[in-house]
Amino acid sequence: MASGSARPGGTRLAKLLYGNVNSYLSSGAAGINGGGAVWGSTTGLSSAELAPFGARSASGQIVRNRMKSVKSIQKITKAMKMVAASKLRNVQVKAENSRGLWQPFTALLGDAPATKVDKKLIVTISSDKGLCGGINSTVVKYSRALFRLNGLDGPDKDVKYVIVGEKGKAQLQRDSKKLIGMYFGETQKSSICFTQCSMMADEIIKSNEYDAIQMVYNKFNSVVSFQPTVATMLSPQLLLGDQEVTGDLDAYEIEGSDTKEEVLQNLSEFQFACTMYNAMLENATSEMGARMSAMENSTRNASDMLDRLTLTYNRSRQASITTELIEIISGAAALEG
Amino acid sequence: MLSRQGVRSGLRAWCAAATARPLLARGFADAASEKKEKVFGEAQVTDKFKEDWKKIAPNFDMPKFPSNFMEARPPVSPTIPAKLTVNFVLPSQYELQAKQVDYVIVPATSGQMGVLPGHVPTIAELKPGILSVHDGTEVKQYFVSSGFAFVHANSVTDIVAIEAVPLDRFDPDEVRKGVQEYNQKMNSAKDDLEKAEAQIGVQVHSALQSALGIS
Repeated sequence: MASGSARPGGTRLAKLLYGNVNSYLSSGAAGINGGGAVWGSTTGLSSAELAPFGARSASGQIVRNRMKSVKSIQKITKAMKMVAASKLRNVQVKAENSRGLWQPFTALLGDAPATKVDKKLIVTISSDKGLCGGINSTVVKYSRALFRLNGLDGPDKDVKYVIVGEKGKAQLQRDSKKLIGMYFGETQKSSICFTQCSMMADEIIKSNEYDAIQMVYNKFNSVVSFQPTVATMLSPQLLLGDQEVTGDLDAYEIEGSDTKEEVLQNLSEFQFACTMYNAMLENATSEMGARMSAMENSTRNASDMLDRLTLTYNRSRQASITTELIEIISGAAALEG
Repeated sequence: MLSRQGVRSGLRAWCAAATARPLLARGFADAASEKKEKVFGEAQVTDKFKEDWKKIAPNFDMPKFPSNFMEARPPVSPTIPAKLTVNFVLPSQYELQAKQVDYVIVPATSGQMGVLPGHVPTIAELKPGILSVHDGTEVKQYFVSSGFAFVHANSVTDIVAIEAVPLDRFDPDEVRKGVQEYNQKMNSAKDDLEKAEAQIGVQVHSALQSALGIS
C-alpha cells in the first residue's frame, strides 16, 4: 500500500519516534507488571507525537509493533493465570487439610504473642518467585513491625530473622542485612512435605538460640483475601519456667518415663515443625491466589491497552488514506481546470 | 497382641477419676483467679500488646493470630461426661474431628494407654504402635508412626501423629524384610547418627511386626 512506504523525512522522524516509544513501552510494561496500577493516561503516544507535522507512515509501523508486543504480553499473563489457578487447587487442598495440625498445640499451650523475651527469632515466610502482588511486602512489613516491637522494651534484645523464600530475603536485605540469621531458598521446587519442614525446623533449632519464635506468614482466606498472621512458639526453657506464660501446664501429667524437660523439648520442637508446615502451605496457597489476581489484572490492562492502540492505529491509518485521496483528487482537479 | 504390651486402661482411668476430681477442683479455683480464661475465636492478646502495636505501626492493622482461627473448645464440666471427644490430626488430613467415642488406646512410650472420659489431664509422647478408637462395638485401628497425645480436663483428647495407616495396608513380607535390614544396619553402623537411624527403623518395624501378629 502506498502508505507503507516511508518518505525521506519520515525515516529521520521515525528514529525520534522510536526513541520516545521505547521509553513509553518500558513504562507501559511496568504498568502491566504492577498488576494493580491505575491506567490513567492513554496509550502513551499523544496524537502530536504519533504524527508530527510532515510524517505519515512511520508511525503506523511503530503502533503495529507496540500492538504486537502488548498482545503477546496479554497471552503470557493469561497463561500464567491459568497455571496459577491449577496450582492453587492442589495446594489449597493440602493447606486446608493441614489446618488441624497446629490446633492441639494452641489448645494446650495457648497463644501468647506479647511475651517479652530476650532472644527472639522472627521466621518470615515468603515466596521464591515474583509477580504475585503484595503478599511478600506485607509479610516483610509485619516482620519489621515485630522487630520494632521488641526494640520498644530495650536496646539489648537479640532479635534475628530467619527467612524462607527469595523475595523476603531481597526485601529484608536492604536494611537489615546483619540481622538475618538463616535463609532457606527454593523450598517449593519439590512440593512441600512434612519431612522437609521438620528438617528445616531442625536446622533452625540447632543453629540458633532463642526464647521465642514468631512466624509471619499469609493465611489463605479466599482467592482474593489473605491475612498476615503471626504464630508464636516458645522454647522449652520458657515452657518449663514461666507459669504466667504457659498457664496450667503443670496440671498435666507427663506420661512415660521421660523427664518433663525432655518431653517439653520434644513438644516444642514438634510444635515448631507442625506450625511451619501449615504456615508454608498457607503461604504457598496465598501466593498462588495473589498471582492469579495479579495476572488477571495484567491481562485486563493489556486488553484495554490493545483496544486503545487499535483505535489510534486505525484513526491514523484512515487519516493518511484520506490525505492521500485528497492530494490525488486535488491534483487531478488542478490538471483539469 | 495388646496384652503383650500391658493394657492399663481400666485401672488407670478409674483411679484417675476417683482422685483427680478433688485435685481438678482445687486446680481450677487457683488458675481462674491467676490468668485469663482461654477464649477461642478471638485473639489472646493483652491490651499492652495492642498499645505497643499502635505505637510502632499505627497504619497497619494488627496481624491475625492462631487463636483467631481456633474453634471453641467445650468447657470443663463438673461431672464426667459420657463420651470422649477425640481429635485425631495428621499433616495430610483431619482423620477424626470432634468425634464422640467411648475410649481410645494410644501407644505411649510407656506402653498402651487407655483414655476414658474423665481421664486426668496428660501429655503423652507416642511411640510407633497401634492406636485404636472404640465406639460401642466398632473398633478402628491405625498404626501410627509417632506423635503426641494430649488429654484435657474437659475430656477432649487431641492426638497428633505424623503418619497413621490402617493395618490392612501393610505387607507382611516387606515388614519382615525391613526388620532384618535395619538389624543389619544397626550392627554395621559406623557412627552415632547411623546407629540412631537404624534403631528407629528397628523400632518401627518390630512394632509393625507385633501389630500385624507375624513373627
